[in-house]
Amino acid sequence: MRTRRGLRATVNHLFASGTGLIILAPIYLVFVNALKTRSEASSMGVGLPANPQWQNFSTVIEEGKLLGAFANSLLYSFGATALCVILSALAAYVLARRRTRGHQVIYLLLIMGIAMPTNFVTLTAVMQWTHLINTQIGIILLYAATQIPFSVFLIYAFMQTVPRELDEAALIDGCTPLRAFVRVIFPVLTPVLVTLAVLSILNIWNEFLMPLYFLNRSDAWPMTLAVYNFFGQFQSDWSLVSADVVLTILPVILIYIVAQRWILSGMASGAVKG
Amino acid sequence: MKSRAYPTWFAAGALALYGVFSLLPSILGVGFSFTDWNSHSTQLHWVGLDNFATILSSSKTYVHFIVNTVLFTVATIFLKTVIALALALLLTEGVRRLSSFYRAFIYLPAVLPILVVSLIFRSVFNPATGLLNETLRTVGLGGLAMHWLTDVSLAMWSVIAVDTWRGIGYIMVILIAGLQAIPRDYYEAASIDGATGRQTFRHITLPLLMPVLTVTTVLNLLYGLKVFDIVFVLTNGGPGRATDTVYTAVFDDFSKGRYGIATALSTLLFLVMIVLGFLTIRVMRREEVS
Repeated sequence: MRTRRGLRATVNHLFASGTGLIILAPIYLVFVNALKTRSEASSMGVGLPANPQWQNFSTVIEEGKLLGAFANSLLYSFGATALCVILSALAAYVLARRRTRGHQVIYLLLIMGIAMPTNFVTLTAVMQWTHLINTQIGIILLYAATQIPFSVFLIYAFMQTVPRELDEAALIDGCTPLRAFVRVIFPVLTPVLVTLAVLSILNIWNEFLMPLYFLNRSDAWPMTLAVYNFFGQFQSDWSLVSADVVLTILPVILIYIVAQRWILSGMASGAVKG
Repeated sequence: MKSRAYPTWFAAGALALYGVFSLLPSILGVGFSFTDWNSHSTQLHWVGLDNFATILSSSKTYVHFIVNTVLFTVATIFLKTVIALALALLLTEGVRRLSSFYRAFIYLPAVLPILVVSLIFRSVFNPATGLLNETLRTVGLGGLAMHWLTDVSLAMWSVIAVDTWRGIGYIMVILIAGLQAIPRDYYEAASIDGATGRQTFRHITLPLLMPVLTVTTVLNLLYGLKVFDIVFVLTNGGPGRATDTVYTAVFDDFSKGRYGIATALSTLLFLVMIVLGFLTIRVMRREEVS
C-alpha cells in the first residue's frame, strides 16, 4: 500500500515536471543562445556558450534602437493603464449604484466589447479623421479603449461586494460625488484595481497588432514591433535575435515574478465568479 | 437624490473612448462593407452584397480562411481544455509538494508576448537544426522529424500546437480555481459511499466544474476566432495560404488596399461574435438564476 502510493506520487511528479520541462525548454533556449556567438547560435542548440558574449546585448540595444522602444512601451502600457483604470472605476461605480434601465443598457454595451473584434480597417479611417494615426497619444487612447470593457466588468462585479452605506455615509456628510468616489470608494477598490493594472500593463506590453496598423514611425515603436523588425533584418543571426527577445521578455518575467499573486488571482476571479 | 449622488457623467470617459475606438468602427464597418472602398480610387460606390458574395464564393480562397479559423478554434479549445483539466487535477489532487511551483512555470508562457513565443518556435521547428527535430533524432525517432511549418498539411497543426503550449497555463489556472471552489463535503460523502476515483470525477467534479468549463470555452472561442499574431509570425499564412485565418486575411487585403472586402470580412466576424456574445450572456444569466 505504502509503496504503491509512493509510486503513484512519483509518477505524478514525473508528469508535472515533464510538463514543466516542455514549457521551459524553448524559453531556456533563447536565454542560452543570447550569449553565444553568431556561428554557435546558428543551430540554436541547448549547449552552454563557450564564452558568454555579453556584448550581444549592447549590440542589440544599439542596432535595434531598444532604448527608445523600451521607453515607448513603458509610456504606452503605463499611460493607457492609468487612463483605463481611472475611467473604468468611475464608470463601474455609477453603473453599479444606479440600476435604471438606461444604466443597464450602458453596462451591457460596454461589456459587449469583451467579445467584439476590432475592425482595423474602419478604425484606420477613424484614426485618420481624428488625426491620431501615427501619434503616441493616439495609441495610448486606443489601448485604454481596448482594456475598458473587461476592466468595467471586473470592477462592476467587485462593486457588488462594497456596501452602499460606505458611499452613502460620505455623501450625507456633505462630500461631493467625486470626492466620495476618490476618498472612499477608490481606496476600497484597490485590490481589484491592482490586479487589473498588472494584467493591463502586461497585455499592452505584449500587444503588437495596434502599432503594426497604426504606427508607421519607427521612433514611436514599442518593444514588440522593434523586435519584429529586428528579426526581419537579422533573421540569420539567432544570437542577436535571442538577445533581443531576452531583453523584451525580461521585464515581463520580472513583473510576473513580483506580481504573480495578483495575476493568478485576477485571472481566476474574473472567470470563476463572473 | 440618486442622480445627483451618482452622476451618469462618471461613465462618460469610458463610454467615449470605447464608443470612438470600438463601437464606431464596428458600426461603420457594416456600412462600408457594402462599398468598393479601396486605395486606388477616391470615390466610393455602393456594391450591395458583392463583397459578401466574393467571400462566400467557392472560386475564392476566403472560405478556406474561414475553415482554417474554425479548425484552429475548435482544435485549440479541445486540446487546451483536455490538457489543462488533466494538469489542474494533477496539481490539486496528485501533487501536493511543489504544486504552486509547477503552476507558476506552466502559466509562464501566457504572460510572454505571442510575438516572442512565435519567434522562439520558428527556431524550435527548424527542420535541420531545430530543437524538436534534434530531440526526435536523439531519441531515435528521426523518422518523425518533419518540416513542421512548411508542409502544407502540417503547418496549421504546428500553429495549433504552439498556441496550445502557450495557452494551457491560463486555462489551467482558471480550472484550478474552479476545482478549489468545489466544497470538500461532496468528496467526503462520495468516499464514505465508496465511490471510485472515476465515479467521483464523473458525477461530482465534472458537473460542478461545468460553469467554469463554459467560461474557459467561451474565452478560448473568442480568442480563437480573432487569432492573428501567432499565425502572422509563425507562418505569415503560408505555405502558400495554407494557414491564413480571417484576421490575417483582413490584414492582407488591408495592406493591398482592398478596404471594402477587408471590412466585409471583419464585419462577418463581428456579427458572428456578437451573436456568440449574446448567447454567452444568456447562458451565464441562466446559470446565475439556477
